[in-house]
Amino acid sequence: MAAVTAGQTAQATAGSTDGADGALAAAFDAAVAADERIEPRDWMPDAYRASLVRQMAQHAHSEIIGMQPEANWITRAPSLRRKAILIAKVQDEAGHGLYLYSAAETLGTGREELLDKLHAGRQRYSSIFNYPTLTWADVGAIGWLVDGAAITNQVPLCRCSYGPYARAMVRVCKEESFHQRQGYELLLALSGGTAAQHEMAQDAVNRWWWPSLMMFGPPDDASSHSAQSMVWKIKRHSNDELRQRFVDICVPQAEVLGLTLPDPDLRWNEERGQHDFGAIDWTEFQEVLKGNGPCNEERLTQRRRAHEEGAWVRDAAAAYAQKQTVVPNGEATA
Amino acid sequence: MVLSHRLGEWAGHAPVLEEEVALANIALDLLGQARLLLSLAGDEDELAYLREERAFRNVQLVEQPNGDFAHTIARQLYFSVHQHGLYEQLAAGDGEFAGIAAKAVKEVAYHRDHAEQWTLRLGDGTAESHDRMQRAVDALWRFTGELFQPVEGVEVDWKALRSDWLASVTDVLERATLTVPAGPQSGAWTAGAGRQGIHTEPFGRMIAEMQHLHRSHPGASW
Repeated sequence: MAAVTAGQTAQATAGSTDGADGALAAAFDAAVAADERIEPRDWMPDAYRASLVRQMAQHAHSEIIGMQPEANWITRAPSLRRKAILIAKVQDEAGHGLYLYSAAETLGTGREELLDKLHAGRQRYSSIFNYPTLTWADVGAIGWLVDGAAITNQVPLCRCSYGPYARAMVRVCKEESFHQRQGYELLLALSGGTAAQHEMAQDAVNRWWWPSLMMFGPPDDASSHSAQSMVWKIKRHSNDELRQRFVDICVPQAEVLGLTLPDPDLRWNEERGQHDFGAIDWTEFQEVLKGNGPCNEERLTQRRRAHEEGAWVRDAAAAYAQKQTVVPNGEATA
Repeated sequence: MVLSHRLGEWAGHAPVLEEEVALANIALDLLGQARLLLSLAGDEDELAYLREERAFRNVQLVEQPNGDFAHTIARQLYFSVHQHGLYEQLAAGDGEFAGIAAKAVKEVAYHRDHAEQWTLRLGDGTAESHDRMQRAVDALWRFTGELFQPVEGVEVDWKALRSDWLASVTDVLERATLTVPAGPQSGAWTAGAGRQGIHTEPFGRMIAEMQHLHRSHPGASW
């Protein structure tokens, strides 16, 4: 539902007195408080717009950078069925990137601009995609743990206060859940397979567990954007709450897989009704965010290269489109 | 299966996000078709992962490396126009391929349209894209003759397939302001021997990568 109409926005721009702005801000706050959706034409605080652009761009970038670690195994997938599943997944990720860029564009930014910022290292993508996929089992571990963490993060975003983002998340979550089950099933096949396959699965879980927990972001007392995002209902739960929820979901799943999680401090806490788990290495997290993770350099280089090497293709498409809309006497055909 | 593999190599490298989706989509369709066809002949994974290079029967066109985007599009144009004509004929017949062809022909119509649209965009886009597309069209031309060598057990009018293909490809290339490479009469339209298990050199490296993991774990299921 539109909280404040475009008419009111125009009015505010025309006679931008403090009073008019104040009324708009009050209407915005009331709409958010009443769990109404903010839509692209509605008035919104500049900081709300900027915060959404930052988060949605980072989310879109994560989808397209996230294609790389998995695409790394497409040509080596060990069966045709698994290969088909993996191609479909990587294709979906490109599709998610497209939804999210479109949703971000409703806030007055452009896909080109966002990509430029990604390539220049001025906007981030999820820290997790800076880890390498070293074995086939990593494809399963990414499906189970990384997609699992993403879903835990994204399901509450389906109720985010900004309408286009919330609707994109509904579509993304449906597809992600499917991939997550497929990743889990891949690990299950390995874990119950030969000794070498089981070992491969365990090794992958050992390497992906902690980076997956880092996907929820810094602890609540160190998360700079969290408080404001919660007030604006962009975010519904704190980083630590979501991380705890994820751990509690994963522990029984690991048991079914017959695999262990690499945390000696992980145990059920009867009093809290939740699992206790060990300390995360936040130094490593900060290093990865700063660009010093194992694959930061490769990921960004590949993305830039694809973009640069594709420039002549995009130019050709634009030139061709231009020719189609103009006939020799200068009149548009369409 | 081989062309699907080549298209899979594009994942994460495409010039625009829309093409990531499109190329993966085509790869997936082709892999689906390959699985149905291989399953007619035996176990799909055994056939894909445990045959040596000399036992593969794919035409040489599909094993050609991706090259730049124009090479990928030229390869796709030549192959999908061919496949479309072939599957139309097979779907109309009643052989064991008819059912598979009837399903596949719809997918291939989309692949063909995609390749034709890009041929037009690149051929009639900028000077650079025109040059690149012409180079690609020329470079791959010699692999197209093989598409029309009769295959034993496949009841198809190969002569009609070849003339329809030539007419369609000529039409698209001309609309794209490109020059049709020297035709069958010139002798440049040579046939490869992929159907006899004679492949080009890049193919061996391609299947080495494709088969490595499967072969490293004999008897394992995935």
